Amino acid sequence: MSRARLWHFHGGLKLDSRTARPASEPLLEIPVPPRLVLPLSQHVGQQAEAVVSPGERVLRGQPIARPSGYVAAKVHASSSGTVVAIEDHPVPHPSGLAAPCIIIETDGLDEPWGGYEPLQDYCTLDGVELRARVRAAGVVGLGGAAFPTAVKLGAGAGLKMLILNGAECEPYICCDEVLLKERPEEVLAGAQVLLRALEIDRCCIAIEEDKPLARQALEAAIAAAGETRIEVVSVPAIYPEGGERQLIKVLTGEEVPARGLPPDIGYLCHNVGTAAAVARAVLGGEPLISRIVTVTGGGVARPRNLQVRLGTPIAALVAACGGYTDEARHLLMGGAMMGFPLPDDSVPVVKATNCVVVASGEDIQPRAPAMPCIRCGECAEVCPAQLLPQQLYWHAHAGELDRLDEYHLFDCIECGCCDVVCPSQLPLTQYFRYAKTELWARDRDRARSDLARDRFESRRARIEAEQETRRRRLEEKTRAANAARGDEDARKAMIDEALERVQARRDDDRADDDK
Amino acid sequence: MKFAATVPPHVRPRTSVTRVMGEVLLALVPATAAWVWFFGPGLLYNMAIAAGVALACEAGALALRGRAVLPQLQDLSALVTAILLAFCLPPLTPWWITATGAAFAILFAKQLYGGLGYNPFNPAMAGYVVVLISFPEAMTRWLPPTGATLGAWETLRFTLTGMLPGNLGWDAVTGATPLDDLRTQLSLARTVGEIRGGELYGLLGGRGWESISAFVALGGAYLLWRRIIRWHIPVAVLLGVFVPAAFFWLINPGAYPPPTFHLVSGATMLCAFFIATDPVSAATSRTGRLVYGFAIGVLIFIIRSWGGYPDGVAFAVLLMNMAVPAIDHFTRPRTYGHAG
Repeated sequence: MSRARLWHFHGGLKLDSRTARPASEPLLEIPVPPRLVLPLSQHVGQQAEAVVSPGERVLRGQPIARPSGYVAAKVHASSSGTVVAIEDHPVPHPSGLAAPCIIIETDGLDEPWGGYEPLQDYCTLDGVELRARVRAAGVVGLGGAAFPTAVKLGAGAGLKMLILNGAECEPYICCDEVLLKERPEEVLAGAQVLLRALEIDRCCIAIEEDKPLARQALEAAIAAAGETRIEVVSVPAIYPEGGERQLIKVLTGEEVPARGLPPDIGYLCHNVGTAAAVARAVLGGEPLISRIVTVTGGGVARPRNLQVRLGTPIAALVAACGGYTDEARHLLMGGAMMGFPLPDDSVPVVKATNCVVVASGEDIQPRAPAMPCIRCGECAEVCPAQLLPQQLYWHAHAGELDRLDEYHLFDCIECGCCDVVCPSQLPLTQYFRYAKTELWARDRDRARSDLARDRFESRRARIEAEQETRRRRLEEKTRAANAARGDEDARKAMIDEALERVQARRDDDRADDDK
Repeated sequence: MKFAATVPPHVRPRTSVTRVMGEVLLALVPATAAWVWFFGPGLLYNMAIAAGVALACEAGALALRGRAVLPQLQDLSALVTAILLAFCLPPLTPWWITATGAAFAILFAKQLYGGLGYNPFNPAMAGYVVVLISFPEAMTRWLPPTGATLGAWETLRFTLTGMLPGNLGWDAVTGATPLDDLRTQLSLARTVGEIRGGELYGLLGGRGWESISAFVALGGAYLLWRRIIRWHIPVAVLLGVFVPAAFFWLINPGAYPPPTFHLVSGATMLCAFFIATDPVSAATSRTGRLVYGFAIGVLIFIIRSWGGYPDGVAFAVLLMNMAVPAIDHFTRPRTYGHAG
């Protein structure tokens, strides 16, 4: 079953793949470490709230933190043991800062919680119930962005096609490839569940054409299941095709509107790893407590893919791969293009950890000092968002924030292609990241000053209204006093009393205004 | 274990300004050889003088501006400017004219605007235009391509001292370029067919000139293959010359030379592949480059046919340099996901 045609997305790069060695090794499940560190925030959206306290015993799969909002996901204990602390611990995040984590000392029993029942036939549940199961299992996108999957599944009616993204374009990452090779039936089952949850009957699984084994395995599983709604498509291996906007363009020729999302044009993208996690959650009753991580780079003895419990420190992964070599220089989470550096190997594996690169000096060579831009335009040639990076750089450099908006800075996906082709060695992506934070800060400042102005104006209006009411009340009283003119003394006393009251209020007001 | 912080993407840039400029210089080697073959070693002297002055000016300006001198000299951009300028000068150019052109190109057209990347005008063309309009007579004395009239030593002596050997006069050693000759003869009411029978002319264009053009184009093909330049500007420049030239030639072949003559004469090829493609002063988007290149081509034809100069490449390029910000503004590509 093959598709009549594919489209192209603009730009992109052919990068040298470094996945041959780790992808050829079988998937290895590593043992549960003595301590698990589970960050409360492992996904895009609001941080979860802990529902356990130190000293409490927890079981494998037991919820230990609940979502605090709509765009959020549960956290589950990834093995049995005792909660020893809920405290700040270094987490894998570009900021390098510590964040609140639940720390579990494991007991080695790996005792299951049993709160989630396996499901014999997913067809007995409807879309809403399936989505609830996905949400209860804390599944988030496993492609690296970690967006809560159940939220995406609420995309609504009118979808044309589900797209499963098996196009890993980063040069070092191969966790999806190994998953497709070793457990294609899990991906297939996930696709079927997702189709039912979305109430549509068309799915396309995209795999890069340099991964024939993954494709064959998946096609065999689909044929064995007699599944006709699902089609596997080979796509050219061009970075950053794994970006959903780029993949949708390649598969359908359509573009996702800049301020919109794929469902706006009838598509929904999930990573193949996410589909497998959905299958495990819905059919197996197993919440998201482990994932596949590619551990690779010249700094690790035996690069390979590991099935790892969430919360396992990176150091344990490296140890399972034969330890560091003498060449180990840098530690990255994510790929070489979009990954970020980790300060040390005590940080835990989280839901978004698709790849750990222990880079040697050869993997990452220092950049030459930046030279002036010579306007060669190569950055625009490779930009998958069809931006003009050199103009953006120019305006970012000059601090012209309004022009950055005009040149669509926020459409930059930070893929790094422009950096790679820039003969002047300019750190363009860094500039764009920085410029985005500047724009965010400006918008925040604007919002804050708007709020302050509104507050000031409403206070003034309130004070004026109060004064007006007082004036009216005084007039009424004067009128009433005039009416009671008969008793001169009483009238005088009344006037004196009223004057005193007014004077007192005025003093009060003055004191208020002085404050 | 602790690790050093790095910045994504963690993939080193594939090229450098030095490499880009180096490839441009490399691509000019065959054309240089052909040039020397037809017009003698004068080009090499001009190159040496222009390069020396350009590098000295660049170093001095960088030092005055408080920039790191050596790293920026190594980008080879000053050298490229000097070599392209030398390519435009006649073989018998006194050293001080070459030096003036090179110094103006670097100091005024480049460093005064902020150095590499900031110059709105092509420095080599700015330098050439200054000497062209300041010393028009010296700029039209070309050696005939029919055989060496001066040896290496005599050429060098002229370049340095401005003295011709023995009793030789200007008329004995120099002549007009084919473009110049064509203009003059057309104004004397001769037809293109008659004019092109003369010994200055070869198969398509001027004798010698057409071969040099072929080697320039060869160098251009190399740059295209190496992805140093993209096809848009060269193709647009050549089309910009070809289309109006073909139109007028079809109307009146007696008064207008064939379009192929324009393509291989003068600096058309050099402009298409090496001058108009200077990224700093050219338009940036694909559409913009097509507009920019085509307009340069048309201007070349217009200046040659009805303007005051026999070639016109330099003026065409500088005029379009001025238009670049406007072209860039009106040819911005549509961003992904934004309506056209």
